[in-house]
Amino acid sequence: MNMKTNIRILFGLIVFVALSTFLYNCKPKGPKAAVEGGAAEKVYVAPGKYDEFYNFVSGGFNGQMSVYGLPSGRLLKIIPVFSVFPENGYGYTEETKDMLKTSRGYIPWDDLHHVELSETDGVHDGRWAFANGNNTPRVARINLKTFRTDEIIELPNSGGNHSSPFITENTEYVIAGTRFSIPMGDNRDVPISSFKKNFKGTVSFIKVDPQSGRMSIDFQLRTPGFNFDLSHSGKGPSHDWFFFSCYNTEQAYTLLEVNASQKDKDYIMAVNWKKCAEYVKQGKGIKVKSNYTHNTFDEKSSTATSTLEKEVIQLDPAELKDVVYFIPCPKSPHGCDVDPTGEYIVGSGKLAALIPVFSFTKFQKAIADKAFEGEFAGMPVIKYEAALHGEVKRPGLGPLHTEFDEKGNAYTSMFISSEIVKWNVKTLEVLDRVPTYYSIGHLSIPGGDTKKPWGKYVVAYNKITKDRYLPTGPELAQSAQLYDISGDKMQLLLDFPTVGEPHYAQSIPANMIAPNSMKIYKIEENTNPYVSKGEGKTKVERKGNQVHVYMTAIRSHLTPDNIEGIRMGDEVYFHLTNLEQDWDVPHGFAIRGAANAEMLVLPGETQTLKWKPTEVGIVPFYCTDFCSALHQEMSGYVRVSPVGSNVPIKFGTGVVEDTDTKEAH
Amino acid sequence: MKSLKPFTRIAAGLSALALIIAYFVPIWQILMWAPQYPEGLTMKIWINNLTGNVKTISGLNHYIGMKTIEVSMFPEFSYMIYLLGALIMFGLLVSWVNKRFMLAAYFLIILGAGAAGLVDFYNWGYDYGHNLNPDAPIRIPGMAYQPPLIGTKVLLNFTAFSGPDIGAWILIGVSFLLFGLLVYEWRSKKNN
Repeated sequence: MNMKTNIRILFGLIVFVALSTFLYNCKPKGPKAAVEGGAAEKVYVAPGKYDEFYNFVSGGFNGQMSVYGLPSGRLLKIIPVFSVFPENGYGYTEETKDMLKTSRGYIPWDDLHHVELSETDGVHDGRWAFANGNNTPRVARINLKTFRTDEIIELPNSGGNHSSPFITENTEYVIAGTRFSIPMGDNRDVPISSFKKNFKGTVSFIKVDPQSGRMSIDFQLRTPGFNFDLSHSGKGPSHDWFFFSCYNTEQAYTLLEVNASQKDKDYIMAVNWKKCAEYVKQGKGIKVKSNYTHNTFDEKSSTATSTLEKEVIQLDPAELKDVVYFIPCPKSPHGCDVDPTGEYIVGSGKLAALIPVFSFTKFQKAIADKAFEGEFAGMPVIKYEAALHGEVKRPGLGPLHTEFDEKGNAYTSMFISSEIVKWNVKTLEVLDRVPTYYSIGHLSIPGGDTKKPWGKYVVAYNKITKDRYLPTGPELAQSAQLYDISGDKMQLLLDFPTVGEPHYAQSIPANMIAPNSMKIYKIEENTNPYVSKGEGKTKVERKGNQVHVYMTAIRSHLTPDNIEGIRMGDEVYFHLTNLEQDWDVPHGFAIRGAANAEMLVLPGETQTLKWKPTEVGIVPFYCTDFCSALHQEMSGYVRVSPVGSNVPIKFGTGVVEDTDTKEAH
Repeated sequence: MKSLKPFTRIAAGLSALALIIAYFVPIWQILMWAPQYPEGLTMKIWINNLTGNVKTISGLNHYIGMKTIEVSMFPEFSYMIYLLGALIMFGLLVSWVNKRFMLAAYFLIILGAGAAGLVDFYNWGYDYGHNLNPDAPIRIPGMAYQPPLIGTKVLLNFTAFSGPDIGAWILIGVSFLLFGLLVYEWRSKKNN
């Protein structure tokens, strides 16, 4: 090789290295870790200190509601609502199992999607949280003093309760709009292809007693057969109205992903609920036979009661004419959110590349001017432009939900482009965007759907987790992100895993809940029929093949802890009263071979676990909650004798007879 | 026998009336803290009653064999209301009789009542802290749990404080006032 060739080879190598380095550097780096300085300090809650907000988060397919602290993202509690909870016996104990009764029988699971905190004058009041059961249509009310489910009402004539449990400004009504339309009435055995003819939707208006919180279905609105997705009530000037997003106005019944995505616009259904309520009072409703259960939990006896209701009142808006109006909204709207002033209604078409914002004033004017483009099922459809305030252009892809801050800004979650987009409600100008990890569904700002948002943070509840945490096999926790929104730019602060699958969530300042949080149940106020107010009141009673054990627990013994005279074939009910009157001293109860669960009994409370012996012999039971230094000693024995045995009922604690030594002497 | 100055006479009478407050406020307090009770447990001793976390304290103390604290374990509660009544009557009598020796006697009686109360409380505390159930789950040889008479004491995992509450403070205030009045009378006697 000559010199020239060598130089050429060398030159070629240099070019190759330079080119490959350049190309390598051109390769995108993937999402950057966007945490900037100061984030750690903003989410650090020192040991023993409290979080600033309670965050009530739906658990989706776990059927529960979880409570996190913000800004730390720490899980504080899981409140069992629609699903059994063996951890504390909810849905298993004799007292609580009626909470899960429905007209279809005992249903131990549901899909809890949305959380709505009670409001007074459009602002959170910290009394109750409402939650929807999406699958077997139900609405629950959680007491924020006890963090327990106090009430569950079933919804008849509903195919699935998704558009729920949104509320009016003074918690006058909780809403339940059916996700699936179904045939109703007597003729329900129809071909699926007769959808347009036979399938109908309903929206239930559940009245809430302002003092007790007790729910009752005031009326149901009959609607055309399409799918109701989400909803929000008006505020201030729009107080009398409720807005529902609808999709599948195509009325498809198969391959919805294609067939329900054909129309350029679906609807936002605006309902004048004030007028509806008046019509009901005037007797314009139609009584319809419908079976549904109403389950209530009594705090004094810690006992649920299930009542079967038989009738609802329905209103037909096609006949009433002036209670329902449709506003066209692009591409299968999902979120339907009303800004704090009550003037702007944001529809989020999940397949749209823009966000339409409607004006309540214009909507009212359109009704007055009869600016209708036609009718749907006998109800007026308003002209899109007549109600439109404007469109947010190029916000991102897949807008789902919008919440608001106290400064006139809106924050919209973008599922497809996986980001939160901040925009100004009046000018519709996009101000900022931050990525979420990954594919955000709902988002939540403290007070973000009320008249008075507290702002400060927005939380993203994501649908995809992937690599955000240490891998835990194919099934992962869900992922949430906390962002600081106090400045002009949103700042990512924290990533925290969540249980179940969070959908909607709401946050409230801790000082509106914490001071009222109950510590114990007062034993003298316990009205459970099986309470033992003191060890002297304990007993074992046989009633046929039922044996009732009136038992007490106090650190560190159960009374009685020796029980004899139980026979095969008996049903044994352990009625355990926790005699403690001190904060955070629950006692648990488990017995070997119990086919249900354990139960946790809180101080001053009585709960009952049913047990059927499965074999002759001695069966141990014990306290499951590590209550004291001598917790391991907190146990006892049941003697199970054969059928027909004449071993008498005998019970006690601390009675030492030592039969074996007596026999030996 | 010297009569009292009008000021002394009024002050002594009012101090006796001030003791009436002791019927309506706790007299003594015991406060306790443990790692599990950072918020503290309290026991307030009234003229004829106990309030506060008495049941909780008893529940915890049964592990080391201490008795259950209840109103019936204090026979004092049955007669203290009368003793206080007698003190008040005597104070009013001082004002009525209007003699210096009565004032001195009143002062001594108040001091005596306070001292007797402390002795009685000490005796109860001694019995409560030493007279333990021999079958208690936790027995530490040589360990006694007598609560402090006044002040702070560490007892196993608990830090206990014992001290006057409003009622006792009134009594202390009254005795200081009476002492001041005696000095005042004695000085004015010297000046005469």
